[in-house]
Formats: sequence, C-alpha cells, structure tokens
Amino acid sequence: MISSHLPILQVVVPLIAAPLMVLLRHGALAWLLAVGISWTALAIALALLAEVAGGGLISYALGNWPPPWGIEYRVDSVNAYLAVIVSMVAAVVVVYMRRSVEAEVPRERHYLFYTMYALCLAGLLGISMTGDAFNLFVFLEISSLSTYVLIALGRDRRALMAGYQYLIMGTIGATFFVIGVGLLYLETGTLNLADMAARLPRVTDVRPVLAALAFITVGISLKLALFPLHLWLPNAYAYAPSAVTAFIAATATKVMVYVLLRFYYSVFGESAVFSALPMGGILLALSLAAIFIASVVAIFQDNVKRMFAYSSVAQIGYITLGVSFDSATGLTAGIVHLFNHALTKGGLFLLLGGIALRLGAVRFDAIGGIGRAMPLTSFGIVLGGLSLIGVPATVGFVSKWYLVLAALERGEGWIAFAVVASSLLAVAYVWRFVEVAYFREPAGKIAELKEAPASMLVPAWLMIAGCVYFGLDTALTLGGAGDAAKVLLRGTW
Amino acid sequence: MNIASHYSYWATIFLTVGGLYIVIARGNLVKKLIGLAIFQTSVYLLYIAPGKLIGGTAPIVAEQFQVYSNPLPHVLILTAIVVGVATLALGLALVVRIREAYGSIEEDEILAQDRDAA
Repeated sequence: MISSHLPILQVVVPLIAAPLMVLLRHGALAWLLAVGISWTALAIALALLAEVAGGGLISYALGNWPPPWGIEYRVDSVNAYLAVIVSMVAAVVVVYMRRSVEAEVPRERHYLFYTMYALCLAGLLGISMTGDAFNLFVFLEISSLSTYVLIALGRDRRALMAGYQYLIMGTIGATFFVIGVGLLYLETGTLNLADMAARLPRVTDVRPVLAALAFITVGISLKLALFPLHLWLPNAYAYAPSAVTAFIAATATKVMVYVLLRFYYSVFGESAVFSALPMGGILLALSLAAIFIASVVAIFQDNVKRMFAYSSVAQIGYITLGVSFDSATGLTAGIVHLFNHALTKGGLFLLLGGIALRLGAVRFDAIGGIGRAMPLTSFGIVLGGLSLIGVPATVGFVSKWYLVLAALERGEGWIAFAVVASSLLAVAYVWRFVEVAYFREPAGKIAELKEAPASMLVPAWLMIAGCVYFGLDTALTLGGAGDAAKVLLRGTW
Repeated sequence: MNIASHYSYWATIFLTVGGLYIVIARGNLVKKLIGLAIFQTSVYLLYIAPGKLIGGTAPIVAEQFQVYSNPLPHVLILTAIVVGVATLALGLALVVRIREAYGSIEEDEILAQDRDAA
C-alpha cells in the first residue's frame, strides 16, 4: 500500500523530521534522524526511478484532490533521475557532516543545523516531485531560506555577508519566477504544469506568455548561477561550512537546471522556446562565456574553495551548453553532467573540508606540501580535478565527449573545439593545486598534520571513486540521462 | 486597451521597479531589505487584482449571486506573504549578526573591512 505514496513520502519524511529535530534539542540525535531521512530519501528515489524506467509516469493526487484542481505530484524519468542525484549526495554528505559540523559549528547550534539541512532536503526533493507551479515556488523558497541560514553558519564572518547577498539575489530570482508563474496563471487559469502545457497553445494573447518565459528564465538563471548572474555563488561556496558547500554545490544548482528544463520542454514546449525565439543562441553565448571567463577567474584565486566555486560556475556552463543544443545528444550531455558534476564537486568539496578540519583554512599559501601530510585527501583532490578537466576514465570525460558529439552533430566544429580548449583552463587551475600540494616542502605545521578522520574520508572517497567508476561504466548514468532527454523531447508530460 | 482601466497594473509595475531600484541603489542593508519587501509586495498585487470581478461576490453558492470573484489568487498570495515575511525576518536577523560582527550595516564599509583584512 505504501508504495503508491512514494512521491509524497519523498517530501514529507524530511519535512516532518525538521520540527522533530527542534523538539529533540540534541545534536547527536538530530544527526541520527538526518541520516535516517537521507537514506530513506535515497531508497524512495531509487524505487521511483525503477518504477518509471522506460518512459513510465506516476501521477499522485495530493489529499486525493484530482488534478488539475488539487496539487499533483508527477514523476517521470527526469524527476526521478534528479531525485536520485539529490538524495544520493544527501545520503553520502550526511555521514560526513557529523565530524565536520562538530568542528565548524558551535555545539548548541548543532540540532538547528540539522533542522535546516532537513528543510533544505525537503525543499529540493519537493521541487523535483511536484507538478504544480506554485507548489514549486513554495519548495523553492523552503530550500532557499534554509540554504541562506546554512551558509551564514560558516565560521568566517564573511559567511554572514555571503548569506545576506545570496538572500537578496535568491529572493529576486524567486520573485521573478513567481511573476512569470503569475502571468502564466492569468493566461491559462491553471497552475498544474501539465494542464498549463495543454492550455498554452490555445492562448491567443502571446505577449504575456513571452514575458512569463523571460521572467522565469531570468529568475531561475539567477538561482542556477548562469553567467553573469552567478555573483552570489563564489562567496557563498567559499565561506559556508564545508559540509554545506559540498551539499549545495552538488544539489541546489542542479535542481534549478531541472526547473528550467521542465519549463522549457514540458510547459512552453520546445518549438516555442528554441524555434520561435533565439533562446538556444542566448544560452550558447552565456554558457561559453561562463566556461571561459569563470575558468580564467578560477586560476587566479588564492583560496582553494573559492577556486573550485568559480570552477562550478564554469561547469554549470557545460550543463547549459548541452541544453542550448536542443538535441537528444545535447540534452543527454547536459543531464548526465548534472550527475557527473554533482559527484565530482561533491567529492572535491568534501575532501577540502577534511583539510579545513585539520588546518582551519584552505588558502594556497597555507597548504604547501600537504600532499605528504595528507596523501589520501590530496590524491582524491587530484583525481576529482582530473574529472573536472575531463580526462578519460573519469565522469568528466563522459560529459565532454557527449558535448563534443552534440556540437559535431550540429556541424559546429568550433563549439567542439571550444569545449576541448576550455579543458586546458581547467588543467591550469587543477595544476596549481598539484604544484602547491606536491612540489613544495611541507612547512612547520603542515608536516605534523594527520589524515582526515575516516568518517569524513570515506564519504569523500566514495564520491571520488564514483567519478572513476561511472567514468568507466556509463550504462546507468547515461541510460538514465538518455531516458530523461527522450521524455523531455517528447514534449507532453 | 485603455490605460486608466488598467491602473492596478500601473501600480504593480511602479512598485516592482521602485522596489528593485531600492535594492540595487541603496548600500544600507536594512534599506535593501525594505526595497526587497516592496518588490515582493508588488507581486501580491499582480496576483490579486485580476482575481477581482467588478460586482462579483465571494464564491458562496446562493441564488441571488451570479458573479463570483476568483478566490484562488488570494489563497496563493496568503502563502506568498508567509514566504515574504520569513524572508524579511531572516534577512533582518542576518543584518543583526552582520552588525555584531562588523559594527556596521553599510555595504561599502563592510566590504572595505573585508578588503583590509585580506
């Protein structure tokens, strides 16, 4: 019986856990609960993915109110794939959190930290499950508000400013989104996304619909940190607690890419977005700008975390580049890179958290020779870096391979060349870490450092090992992404 | 289409643009939040105004009423107001913490302190 309620359980379990954690007022118990909900979420997400495999669709009427009047949760291979990414990252990071949070967050705030984490997870999973535009907005705000708090909990006082700036930018983004939804509601009279998609072609008054498309595009682009709307991201990632950086870097922006894809393909329709408007060209230009400019900026950072934050902006560029092609191969590349980048960046930020635990900071001038003191951590970072570059036998290669294929499919060799050339920039910033970590003499304090504790090293290495494993065996990830791309291109939801 | 009959839209647009301008132009963190709140409030109007029909009543089924106003936008905006209040509260709480850490709520002074520290 319970299996028919999986879509709502996916959201309700973490949502109920959050107030429970506040009532418990106990850090360790709250953490146990957090582990429980994260693993439950992963199990539910995998069950949902198995159920919709091969083009299935689950429609769940909340409170038995039939759609389009009631809120509908609608799961297909796209949502399920996304829910797996989010809950998988959550399941790994939550194990890591215990030691890392103990070191970085004052003890009396631990239970509140896990409360915010549970709310954030509920929001992200809610976005991935819901088929209702306004419900999506509410979950967007639940996840955003909890993310602002999580970021501001960082040790450095600059975390407060980073949280504040993200709050301003994020709220503007979410409000733009809700303006877009409002215009669509005025034109169609419905908030159910599938119903909206069915009614949009009959709308004769096209201008408000175009305005809605513009508002939603800009609003969501702010949240997914599409260049040049990424300004909140570097500081937020750099100064948030390590576990938070790993969690949001691997999930929040990915979920926003999904929202954009859902609106483009399942609501407005492919032809309205890509044929009637030059959306593909705009996305292409912004993606290439993101890849090149953010990669170059990354090379000149003196904080390792900030460097990888700029690298995230570039990597998001690869995802939107795949979307801009508007082809099955391009979409597959973009969607598979959602997964691949979540693994790579998640793993990298987790490993950096290990260095932060031992050293307190991750500035280049402070970590000279760390390769000898913390060999496993450093080697993991190098492997993750190789995946960012796109070296064969890592997941980064799979994504770039499909991006190049998609570019060649369209007969645009210069884009393929740009993708390959941009990897050289990644070589430059990854090499900086290698140079500092391995070719400098460990100075005083560094030589006595111990490896990060196993409870942090194991989750981090799980992600890095995943980078290699899914780089060799692509059946699962590419298969899922291919399914998702097919479903999106089919248009009807 | 005549401009006067769409005055609620003009009010909405004025509030949207005005609020956004305050967020961008002001360096005081509290003033920025006030701008943000005005910006969010404009969206409430965008939703609610079209739901009202002139001469329409609340959706109560009774013989003497034929024209009803749409209640759904009100309900949606009730939710949006809650979200707005939460955002404003969190924003102000962050400003309190920023003031404790930096001794200022002027953006340029805070950024200057960060530059000096780095």
